[in-house]
Amino acid sequence: MALLQISEPGMSTAPHQHRLAVGIDLGTTNSLVATVRNGISTVLNDEQGRAMLPSVVRYLDAEELMVGEAAQRSQSEDPTNTISSVKRFMGRGLADIGDISRFPYRFIDDPNAKVGQVQLRTVAGAKSPVEVSAEILKVLRVRAEASLGGELVGAVITVPAYFDDAQRQATKDAARLAGLNVLRLLNEPTAAAIAYGLDNAAEGLYAVYDLGGGTFDISILRLSRGVFEVLATNGDSALGGDDFDHRIFCWLLEKNTLSALPPQDIRLLLTHARAAKEQLTEHDEARITAVLSTGALVDNVLNQATFYEISQNLVQRTLQPLRRALRDAALKIADINGVVMVGGATRMPQVQRAVGEFFGQTPLTNLDPDKVVALGAAIQANLLAGNRSGEDWLLLDVIPLSLGIETMGGLAEKLIPRNSTIPTARAQEFTTYKDGQTAMSIHVVQGERELISDCRSLAKFELRGIPAMVAGAARIRVTFQVDADGLLSVFAREMGSGVEATIEVKPSYGLSDAEITRMLQESGQHARQDMQARALREQQIEARQLIEAVQNAMVQDAELLSAEQCKQIDEQITLVQAALEQQDAMHLKRAIGALNEVTVSFAQARMDKSVSHALSGKNISDLEVK
Amino acid sequence: MGISLTEAAAKHVQNFIAKRGKGLGLRIGVRTTGCSGMAYKLEFADALSDDDMQFQSHGVTLLVDPKSLPYIDGMELDFQREGLNEGFKFNNPNVKNECGCGESFQV
Repeated sequence: MALLQISEPGMSTAPHQHRLAVGIDLGTTNSLVATVRNGISTVLNDEQGRAMLPSVVRYLDAEELMVGEAAQRSQSEDPTNTISSVKRFMGRGLADIGDISRFPYRFIDDPNAKVGQVQLRTVAGAKSPVEVSAEILKVLRVRAEASLGGELVGAVITVPAYFDDAQRQATKDAARLAGLNVLRLLNEPTAAAIAYGLDNAAEGLYAVYDLGGGTFDISILRLSRGVFEVLATNGDSALGGDDFDHRIFCWLLEKNTLSALPPQDIRLLLTHARAAKEQLTEHDEARITAVLSTGALVDNVLNQATFYEISQNLVQRTLQPLRRALRDAALKIADINGVVMVGGATRMPQVQRAVGEFFGQTPLTNLDPDKVVALGAAIQANLLAGNRSGEDWLLLDVIPLSLGIETMGGLAEKLIPRNSTIPTARAQEFTTYKDGQTAMSIHVVQGERELISDCRSLAKFELRGIPAMVAGAARIRVTFQVDADGLLSVFAREMGSGVEATIEVKPSYGLSDAEITRMLQESGQHARQDMQARALREQQIEARQLIEAVQNAMVQDAELLSAEQCKQIDEQITLVQAALEQQDAMHLKRAIGALNEVTVSFAQARMDKSVSHALSGKNISDLEVK
Repeated sequence: MGISLTEAAAKHVQNFIAKRGKGLGLRIGVRTTGCSGMAYKLEFADALSDDDMQFQSHGVTLLVDPKSLPYIDGMELDFQREGLNEGFKFNNPNVKNECGCGESFQV
């Protein structure tokens, strides 16, 4: 007979109606699957009792492939068909990846390839990162179904807090391809906080310090009565446990005066470096012995003190993003009630000590830092599948970069500021710039800078069929909606006529973590410059609008102007046009002022004319206000 | 007669309750549902009701409502592992017939 699990009070399911749900940590290096059984979140192991599935897929031929440890072992013998760290390519175009020579893969740069996503040429044909990730997810799904004895109703899959829309969409696509119903995408640090927050019934402000194999993320979360809110995120996409291995590797080269090693020796020493790093977590010293391909012997003893010294600046590098995240969240170090450690690299005592010293408290490490994200995701999945009752749980995440649209003059108007909690919707009204304008181009951008050219373009669409009106009379309401998964939809609606246009933003390729970090840094560094640029653009728009309006009026109502006035106005227009050429906002402003001044009497005359025109031939009673 | 747990089952239940952080024990019962008549109910118990029957087995409190008891009287719960799957198995002497998977039964 079937094996039964204990349910929460009143939540027993009917036979064959078990709502089996899992949490999946789809990692760069390793992936895990966890579920809540008998009220406890547990990681599901494979037949050999291993929890972690290396995120490596090897294509053997058109039909066969292997995933996990077996694939990882064969990496050196078949590098082009063995794909590892595919997470770095999710939702990415070739241009986003940068230096492709760092990778052993055969990238396909096909301009006709669907949605700008990079593809890899393998023995099984062209494979997208989505397809490769789907293979990893399939293995986890099969493992979960075997462990739970039934089909899954769904899964919560975790993604880095910095993942943009394209990367999140790609993750969802991979899950769908693997036959998983995605209940939700969840930010990794948020998942870790769930694992700790609920298990320990914690309340307050928390920092989640996630030092993985190759990436570092810091998130500031607020937990109160079961409500989670992400206040800020920051990080460094090129810093992780691998860098610590590399420091030991460099130390070995120095000690043994080695250089220009063949690839297999580099791999060998890196493997030993990693083992030494892990040993130094528990022991005072680690002995490293290896025989190189030249027959040369490497035999060194690395002690903790030396390891701390050579890795000190790596640890220090994690503290800068910490300060930035605190600043973004408008918090002081003393406000943080607890620090959650995530990622295998946080086992290193010097990391724990530095983080402890920074925050003035001992970080939480009682859950396995490799498993904590999957455990939290499982708790969330269990809840979303409807296996918990009476607990209203809200989960709020933030968007990493501001979202906005382009306005006249190439300026970015932010509709949703960065670090806004999601899901969210914001609307703003815009209007037409020219008389009789019947269409409006809506350009959706992401970034902190004032000028469009410094922001990232996400999508462009047009609102057509706006009734012809004078400039400024149309009311176009633009609504930005970001759903719980961080995906953006933009609606535009002309309020008078009701014409509408909408777009779902699945950008063909998005931003890398490094780019986001760069964009954030630049926005701070260029704040003043941006302000000046914005002031100049605004004056330029005003100047062009004014010239056009004055020139139109001069054609329409030429008879109201004397030759002298005409000459004066023309002179001022020429001055404004000349000022437009220079990049000086103040100068332009003065020229606009002067042009306004000489046109005052003309404007007055036009006003009088149009009033008398409106009133002529009308009886006073017709004009009565009804 | 009443109902009981095997030692393995009791150890797991105690572990689950400890990690869950609360709970008086286990509530075991039956419901008229499922493809073959009756279905088992296995839940954590947070509150006691007046007519609950209580049994002790290897230090675990088992609660059964009086209406369920006749269907499961004499039953023993075991904890078993089958491949990757693990969970509780109900050895119920009253069962005459059960559906293929054993999740529902007739007496």
